[in-house]
Amino acid sequence: MIAEDLKDFKKFTPKTLPQEEPLVYGHRACQGCGEVLALRMVAKAIGSPMVAVSATGCMEIISSPYPQTAWAVPWIHVAFENAAAVASGVEAGLKALMAKGRIPEKKISVVAFAGDGGTADIGFQALSGAMERGHDFVYVCLDNEAYMNTGIQRSSSTPFGATTTTSPAGKLSYGQRTWKKNLPAILASHNIPYVATASPAYYLDLMNKAKKAALIKGPAFLHVYSPCPTGWRHGTDLAIEVSRLVVETNIFPLYEVIDGKYVVRKNTKVKPVEEYLKIQRRFSHLTPELIQTIQKRVDTEYERLLRLETSTQTGEVKEEAKKE
Amino acid sequence: MEVSIAVSEAVKLANVDVISAYPITPQTHIVEHLSELVADGELTAAFIPVESEHSALSAAVGAAAVGARAYTATASQGLALMHEIMFIASGLRLPMVMTVVNRALSTPINIWNDLSDIMAERDTGWIQLFAINGQEAVDLTLQAFKLSEDPRVLLPVAVNLDGFVLSHVIEPVEIPDQETVDRFLPPYKPGIRLDPDNPVSMGAFGSPDVFTEIKKQIDEALIGSQKVAAEVWKDFGAIFGRTYKPVESYKTKGAETLLVTMGSISETAMSAVDLMREKGEKVGLIHIRLWRPFPFKDFFQAIREAKVLAVVDRALVPGGAGGPVGLEVKAALFDKKERPYVAEFIAGLGGRDLTVEIFTEMVAKANRYAQTQKEIRYEMIGVREK
Amino acid sequence: MAKVDALHPWKEAPLGCVISEAGNARKFKTGDWRSKIRPLTDQEKCIKCGMCWIFCPEMAYSLRADGFYDWSSEYCKGCGICARECPKEAIQMIAEEE
Repeated sequence: MIAEDLKDFKKFTPKTLPQEEPLVYGHRACQGCGEVLALRMVAKAIGSPMVAVSATGCMEIISSPYPQTAWAVPWIHVAFENAAAVASGVEAGLKALMAKGRIPEKKISVVAFAGDGGTADIGFQALSGAMERGHDFVYVCLDNEAYMNTGIQRSSSTPFGATTTTSPAGKLSYGQRTWKKNLPAILASHNIPYVATASPAYYLDLMNKAKKAALIKGPAFLHVYSPCPTGWRHGTDLAIEVSRLVVETNIFPLYEVIDGKYVVRKNTKVKPVEEYLKIQRRFSHLTPELIQTIQKRVDTEYERLLRLETSTQTGEVKEEAKKE
Repeated sequence: MEVSIAVSEAVKLANVDVISAYPITPQTHIVEHLSELVADGELTAAFIPVESEHSALSAAVGAAAVGARAYTATASQGLALMHEIMFIASGLRLPMVMTVVNRALSTPINIWNDLSDIMAERDTGWIQLFAINGQEAVDLTLQAFKLSEDPRVLLPVAVNLDGFVLSHVIEPVEIPDQETVDRFLPPYKPGIRLDPDNPVSMGAFGSPDVFTEIKKQIDEALIGSQKVAAEVWKDFGAIFGRTYKPVESYKTKGAETLLVTMGSISETAMSAVDLMREKGEKVGLIHIRLWRPFPFKDFFQAIREAKVLAVVDRALVPGGAGGPVGLEVKAALFDKKERPYVAEFIAGLGGRDLTVEIFTEMVAKANRYAQTQKEIRYEMIGVREK
Repeated sequence: MAKVDALHPWKEAPLGCVISEAGNARKFKTGDWRSKIRPLTDQEKCIKCGMCWIFCPEMAYSLRADGFYDWSSEYCKGCGICARECPKEAIQMIAEEE
């Protein structure tokens, strides 16, 4: 029961943030990297004891240049597409060892970290399998919207219209032609107890969600928006600004799906998508028409999200359907 | 009992902690029975029904990394799908045991037995053993855990048994009792593991500065594991009374021509040797039980009297110099001033039957070719020309 | 780079290339990545809110006993997030002296 799992959960406040840094300085991330900041926040929130599993990607490379490691907690990296599978083995192994009395029984958080490529593309199968099997772990997708580690190639999580090296804006192309894959919706369909989206600009919200995800028994999925100044072509000081705008424009709404019920954080004032797009050079080629297309889509998707919230919260059924 | 079931019973006796498995013919009976044992509480283990073989091995790696005794089983396409992780499992120096129920690799898709699946994993840094009958399948499985977990080894082990012709046959097998197994195989004591009280980082990003040294380390560990295997076999022999060697010899005394085989075809080949011996032919057989690391010394010792070797490969190296075993044998003999004539035969692909007659034919051919020192890289046996 | 530690003979290489000294990346001072621009906090304006600390990808700020935050020249990469996010504009990115 989620209520049972969360009974001792105390929300973090600005004055009660955890001091532990599971990721230490000296890591090789780019100047102003939003992803490593997001990773830091999630890891702090979940805290020790934990075992971290990374997929191949930016975070894995910058945190483990042999003979140095930026991980102050136990960490393993195996391959690109199997963070969820390795985490399944870690979780099952720890459970079995505790059941057999070979290690003391205690709560150890198992956390898998992967990028959008390692989650939505190559890692999709392993993720779906792990979620379906119900392992007690947290899967964190640090989404910088492309294969950044290999040099900014598109992924299924690259937003419409963004230019990447394999979806470049050119004479015949306006960049990415497809819409960003809706990972939280796919994960929510797996009927796992907890799915949440988060942005590092809303650090309290992010950290509280990460903590909840770790406390809840069973699989939890965190979709964390992670700006990449290098790939998105914005100033090194803008990661948090961009993370704020993406939420303020409803492009990346912050919400949770708790046991199938949607809980959406609403903006008091919504900004136009153009404010978000114009500060990133990966969108600088977009015409006003394309920006309009994006605005329309963002609005439609957000309305749909609100309808989901209503229908899952109250179990409301449309009047017409009832009349059958 | 059915050999697959016997293997599962061995895995149960080894008291594994985590089983991660994906079904594939002809391995299915092993994982099905293990699943039953866990469901009935006869084995306390986490059974992870993963969604692919790649995940099966990945999960086994994760489990071994936290210090659990991990097991998986697969065949053919499943093993091929695991390929990426095979190198990583050995590279991370994580002990685990995998049963490979040898089956041909597609295409055409074929569920029957040959050794192409494991031969494609030759260079992965795994210790590789071959069983020729049900008892060996059980024994090697138990030995594999002990060998794998030895602190001087810490390498994953693949135990191979032929699909259908061995995995699905019913043989008289002695299943040892738990107490005796416990004396032979104590609980796994992991060295380095993922432990919040003593955090380490596994799977780091290695530059050219360090890669060579790590590979050298694995090579040496694999070579050195043969010494540990000998100790394991000695212990096993003392407790269970059955002896195992890296290369097994059958009627090699006074033999001028030797068949060189791997896997369960060895027993059929032994019948052929018996018949030929009755006719006065100086024929014998060796079968290779330890394929990786290749037991060069034991191999040379076993073939020391032979003038002709008829190597039987059950996998093809297309466009190359022979089958994998033939290549290994020829490479091993290259530096020797005196060496036997090596005739290399590719036979029994995709489950095509290997009979006593075919073995006899191969010996006859080998002897004939040896007389003229015929230069022939390899010969595929039984190909329909018309 | 951390070359010296990695150039060990093969027999001394750790098993499986494991790194057993957790968090030893601390030895790598990323402070020299800065292009001669660094953040400077005006304590008159600082309200000790901690935004600079929580928003720093390099964890270059640390809490002092008096509630202000110390800045680490050794690890700061000079990205400027702290200066941008400070609610009181108490942090300025200034040119660094040699």
